[in-house]
Amino acid sequence: MENKHEIYLDNAATTRTHPDVVSAMLPYFSLHFGNPSSLYSIARSSRTAIEEARRKVAAALGADEREIFFTSGGTESDNWAIRGIASAHGKKGRHIITTAIEHHAVLHTVEALEKEGFEITYLPVDEYGMVSPESVEEAIRPDTILISVMLANNEIGTIQPVQKIGEIARSHKIIFHSDAVQAIGQIPVDVRTMNVDLLSISAHKFGGPKGVGALFIRRGLRIDPLLYGGAQEQRRRAGTENVPGIVGLGAAIERAAAMMSEKAERMKKLRKRLIDGLLTIPKSRLNGHPTERLPNNVNIIFDYIEGESILLLLDANGIAASTGSACTSASLDPSHVLLACGLPHEQAHGSLRLTLGEETTEADIDYVLGVVPTVVQRLRDMSPLTPKELRTR
Amino acid sequence: MYSETVMDHFNNPRNQREIPDADGIGEVGNQKCGDIMRIFLKIHDNVIEDASFQTFGCGAAVASSSMATEMIKGKTLEEAWEISNKAVAEALEGLPPQKLHCSVLAEEAIHAAINNYLEKMGLEPWEEGEGSCAGCSGCGTD
Ligand SMILES: Cc1ncc(COP(=O)(O)O)c(C=O)c1O
Ligand SMILES: [Zn+2]
Repeated sequence: MENKHEIYLDNAATTRTHPDVVSAMLPYFSLHFGNPSSLYSIARSSRTAIEEARRKVAAALGADEREIFFTSGGTESDNWAIRGIASAHGKKGRHIITTAIEHHAVLHTVEALEKEGFEITYLPVDEYGMVSPESVEEAIRPDTILISVMLANNEIGTIQPVQKIGEIARSHKIIFHSDAVQAIGQIPVDVRTMNVDLLSISAHKFGGPKGVGALFIRRGLRIDPLLYGGAQEQRRRAGTENVPGIVGLGAAIERAAAMMSEKAERMKKLRKRLIDGLLTIPKSRLNGHPTERLPNNVNIIFDYIEGESILLLLDANGIAASTGSACTSASLDPSHVLLACGLPHEQAHGSLRLTLGEETTEADIDYVLGVVPTVVQRLRDMSPLTPKELRTR
Repeated sequence: MYSETVMDHFNNPRNQREIPDADGIGEVGNQKCGDIMRIFLKIHDNVIEDASFQTFGCGAAVASSSMATEMIKGKTLEEAWEISNKAVAEALEGLPPQKLHCSVLAEEAIHAAINNYLEKMGLEPWEEGEGSCAGCSGCGTD
């Protein structure tokens, strides 16, 4: 479909790779193409570039460079953190604590471990999608080896009290992992103040390329590899490094960290304008926490209508967004996050997620605020669930 | 993901209205499943003179409702009963596999509306054949 407007409001799914990041990456395809593990001098620039990127990632996270390990993205980092700890510490205990609202990269990994004899506690969340630190403490058992709680949720943007949870984990000497994939470039992330032992990040969520990420592993922590092979990454993650990708990750995180506070302020203003505007639509509600949420996340329920049809009509108007509706997933299940927040199925089908980005303008928001009410009304007029007083025909 | 015909029926739904004095109304699906379809029939001399729908659901559900109402208009009740979800999906130039359950709803809604009419007329409702609600893993479980 040909559109005048192209408004991308799905930055939680992925972001545009920033042109500066692309420029930084380009020399590492054809010019400096050497294998970083080789000894000869043409490979040296690849090695140097990787170590430079490692310094940038470490600086952004408040970590030491020796604690940063490059991976193929958020999914691998989450898999590695959980499986690597389960494998290295499984003799000590077989209990893992996580939450009901984690990304599938965490949930499906612990489900796989469940089949291998591990016991998993899925902590509930309140109506805002918040995990209570007390519930973490209560779930701890003598055989608990790992706690994994995400820093910020990808669907509803709720920011978890990770620092407190980290303190609890530390006081019980339990390893603590946090999926910070959605948080980088949006809120401060510091591995020391968070008390984390492991932290996952992914470049494409903050202006970097897809298919590259990192896992922070606290120095001295025992963890088994996920991938076996060559001696790369201090013998912990085998495979010839994705040099252009890693350079892109370094460039993107440096940029994201430098502009974070300014961007967050701008996002919060736009977010408020968008939420206030959308909530003037009758029978609409905000999902997630009103204040403890990512600056760029808006997630709203509209009663009586279904999410996929909202997306199709928004797309026809040049707006790219996302939903927790079952009809967009192969499983036919609505969002596990919204269900965990206590929403009934029928409401979970009607959610709309709009995630702003650095390119989003006030004019974009106003355009969206012009389109959404029309779309909602059109679908409500079509729906058998809509009460008479909300119909226009 | 969707064919042009699906998108056309989604963007310009045919017969999307209520028939206040309908002779038969059928509603199927449930909110848990994510799709609810209501079909209205105006029937005269065993022939469907008018058909319309209201749907809560995805693009495939809306397009299936729209296409199904087009297909049954002017048909006898017997002919309309025989219109399968496969025929609706084919008329839409295909649906993605995970969306086939949405076209099943259209077939079921037609059946429900015809039976509603028959019951109102004091007649026996017709029996469902095999194969309804196949592929809808969301319905009826848990
Ligand atoms: C919270 C969270 N964790 C993990 C991932 C997976 O990251 P990647 O796409 O880099 O594998 C995502 C992205 O979809 C995410 O939002
Ligand atoms: Zn559907």
